[in-house]
Amino acid sequence: MIDIATWAKVAALVGGGFAMGFGAIGAAVGEGYAAASANAAISRNPEVSGDVFKTMLVGQAVAESAAIFALVVAMLLVFANAGENASWLNVSVYLSAGLCMGLGAIGSGIGSGFPAGAACEGTARQPETGGRLVTNMLIGSAVCQTPAIFALVVSFILMFTNFSDRPVNPTWAAILGAGLASGLGAIGSGLGGGLVAQASCEGVARKPECASTVTNVMLLGQAVTQTTAIYGMLVSFILMFKTFDPAGTTIAPAAALLSAGICMGIGAIGPGVGEGFAAQSAVGWIARNENATAELTRTMLVGQAVAESTGIYALVVALVLIFVV
Amino acid sequence: MAIEGADIIKAAGLLGAGISMGLGAIGPGVGEGMAAAKACEAIGRNPKEAGLLTRTMLVGQAVSESTGIYSLVIALLLLFVV
Repeated sequence: MIDIATWAKVAALVGGGFAMGFGAIGAAVGEGYAAASANAAISRNPEVSGDVFKTMLVGQAVAESAAIFALVVAMLLVFANAGENASWLNVSVYLSAGLCMGLGAIGSGIGSGFPAGAACEGTARQPETGGRLVTNMLIGSAVCQTPAIFALVVSFILMFTNFSDRPVNPTWAAILGAGLASGLGAIGSGLGGGLVAQASCEGVARKPECASTVTNVMLLGQAVTQTTAIYGMLVSFILMFKTFDPAGTTIAPAAALLSAGICMGIGAIGPGVGEGFAAQSAVGWIARNENATAELTRTMLVGQAVAESTGIYALVVALVLIFVV
Repeated sequence: MAIEGADIIKAAGLLGAGISMGLGAIGPGVGEGMAAAKACEAIGRNPKEAGLLTRTMLVGQAVSESTGIYSLVIALLLLFVV
């Protein structure tokens, strides 16, 4: 018979593995994309190889931050004092915190690579826009990182909250659901925000004189893209901070809470990516045809609103699962 | 811990509802975003037709939304009827 302290230790180690294993995917892909674009850019215009190289490294440093968050969480889990006063809630907390940060770093890591790559190609195409391009890239990729930061915040709250006064039975599922809602919910928004930032970097390089319009519409588009990650964080907060009635030995209440987290987490992926496509195209075409900025912004927002609807259905179903069923 | 049949059926229904709506939201979200992206591209090329293009986009998105609504209906059936 294996005792609970051992299971808690096992969960902390497995959770640390999830955090760093999943968390390494996004940043590596994004940085590879940036490096590939930098090579293409240097082969086109070798005279500015120094500037392109610098831009690539700055962009990759931002993309790396998502993986660094995952590393921090993985370290905390690997060296957690897991055996002491352990209960089944600790097992759930360690797994959930690891999954949350690991999954949450995927989208932001890949997404931040896109603006870095576009900025490298833009630097080669129009070397004189370098400073403005790097500024635009940094703003865009910083917004891309926000879903990973949401996941980091939820992981920290999970690890440093004392759940021991809660009833074990439904609370274990609420904790697991909270991690999945923020972790999975961050994937789409991180990826979508990256597509928008990529288009804006291309746009600034194409037409430096409309840089401010392009940056503004990029931020507007990214803000809408982030909403589904915020729904995920909202559901996580409800699951973490609401005290649920003890459920004895029935599993249906626990299933409802776990299901709410899965529903909101997976449901946020599609709208996040889709809204990113819409804003990517709008921002790219504003740089080509600035006279149509008003029409493009309006159509982008209408299109994003419709794409958002399924994310809202997922939020509604998650809230019904938590509060009604 | 003895798990009763009715309890596990209820739990499966609740989990199914979340999975149905969660997975069901991916396709419409991505698809409607692509429709909006192409509408923006078309308006960028030809801003005079913005009204017609936005209308066509909305009709296309409404059709693409239908599978998301099927998922919602199935989720609500699993929650409240089954």
